[in-house]
Amino acid sequence: MSSPFAINGGACVAMVGKDCVAIACDLRLGLQALTVSNDFPKIFPFGSSTYLGLTGLATDVATVSELFRFKVNMYRLREERDIGPQTFANLVSSSLYERRFGPWFVSPVVAGINEKTGKPFICGFDSIGCIDFAKDFIVSGTASDQLFGTCEGLWEPDLEPEDLFETISQALLNAVDRDALSGWGAHVYIIEKDKVTKRLLKGRQD
Amino acid sequence: MDALVSRYSRPAFQNEGYSKEDQQQALQDVAPPLSLNFALPPVASAASWLRAMTDDHSNPNVPIKIAHGTTTLAFRFKGGIIVATDSRATAGNWIASQTVKKVIEINPMLLGTMAGGAADCQYWLAYLGMQCRLHELRQKRRISVAAASKILANLVYSYKGMGLSMGTMCAGVTPTEGPALYYIDSDGTRLAGNLFCVGSGQTFAYGVLDAEYKYELEDEEALELGRRSILAATHRDAYSGGYINLYHVKESGWVKHGFTDTNPVFWETKLKKGEFSNVTANLD
Repeated sequence: MSSPFAINGGACVAMVGKDCVAIACDLRLGLQALTVSNDFPKIFPFGSSTYLGLTGLATDVATVSELFRFKVNMYRLREERDIGPQTFANLVSSSLYERRFGPWFVSPVVAGINEKTGKPFICGFDSIGCIDFAKDFIVSGTASDQLFGTCEGLWEPDLEPEDLFETISQALLNAVDRDALSGWGAHVYIIEKDKVTKRLLKGRQD
Repeated sequence: MDALVSRYSRPAFQNEGYSKEDQQQALQDVAPPLSLNFALPPVASAASWLRAMTDDHSNPNVPIKIAHGTTTLAFRFKGGIIVATDSRATAGNWIASQTVKKVIEINPMLLGTMAGGAADCQYWLAYLGMQCRLHELRQKRRISVAAASKILANLVYSYKGMGLSMGTMCAGVTPTEGPALYYIDSDGTRLAGNLFCVGSGQTFAYGVLDAEYKYELEDEEALELGRRSILAATHRDAYSGGYINLYHVKESGWVKHGFTDTNPVFWETKLKKGEFSNVTANLD
């Protein structure tokens, strides 16, 4: 029996640019070798400029994303404002640690821009909530080894939004083309101060 | 050495049929015993040890990962035999190569396909090619597909339980047999048939092939069907992909019909013919 993290497959990556961040995921949902769906995005918006990417076991990806939708809605009602990426990252961390002895089989990635400071923010987590703050990029999913390679090779500091889009797209597509369990198209979000661009990438379909 | 050379240096096929001398010679030339010697690991049970070290299905962390995952197909039709394969090699979830040649050209008349252990298939089909050539030299005529496939089947049977992993098809056209197609696997199975698909993507290929297959296919239709079946399998099976390797076997020998990237073929099939409607091509 294979790892719960590698049954359904999937990949996600986030990157920092100059006054912008990018987050991208593949679209595959599989059951081991069988591709079941080519339209299973793994990035979920939580407010105007806070995004969560979730890879791992698909049932947990769906459940955890709904759980955070509920929690963020409750936050918005109480605070009468959107949640910021840092606050959301702490919410993700503590929510995951609540399941310390029976974790969700997910590897989350948070990306966003802080409304107050205007500074880009990205971070990643292990499945029980340890936060990995990064200044450059965060990867997760079955193609994470490959993503580390492509990101180390392509990323550079202070990329403009259009260049960041090209970089994250190339990093993701070339990584998933070397992983049997992810790919089949991709979504890319480019998040700027008050603009978010969502694009569909036509990846290889094999 | 000179004696050996003079014995075998007659041009092949010049004197078809048997003479008295030939028959005498054939009786003396009993097939040589297998002089192949393989080093075995110094453990009590080599076979079960090897299985424990290489079976990545039961344990994904095995120390030796053997390349697996394939879609291969071959079918007989009016105009000969179509042989088609994908080109992906995987070791676990890692795509080790997208450019593997899974059709093995045994000789100008005979093709073999590769599924299972890549090294096993490559080695033993090359060995089969050698045996086929020796048969030609000894018997002064081309080996039948039936005989060639049986050499392979008997060979893998002699290694049964030792961990060989291969699912292969032998395709060829000979004057006596016509188009002939055999399936041989490392269990020792040897089957003659009209249509076979082998590998992790076999079910997807069968799905397309069974729906459209008939013996009376024209050459172009048959090539397109082979291509389309592999495309379907590369799309749905995670462990198949890369390039489509297409061959047409005729009485005059096999003809190669390209080693084509699946990606442009897929998008053309989707966008121009409207197939693969499950794949999203636009945002919302």
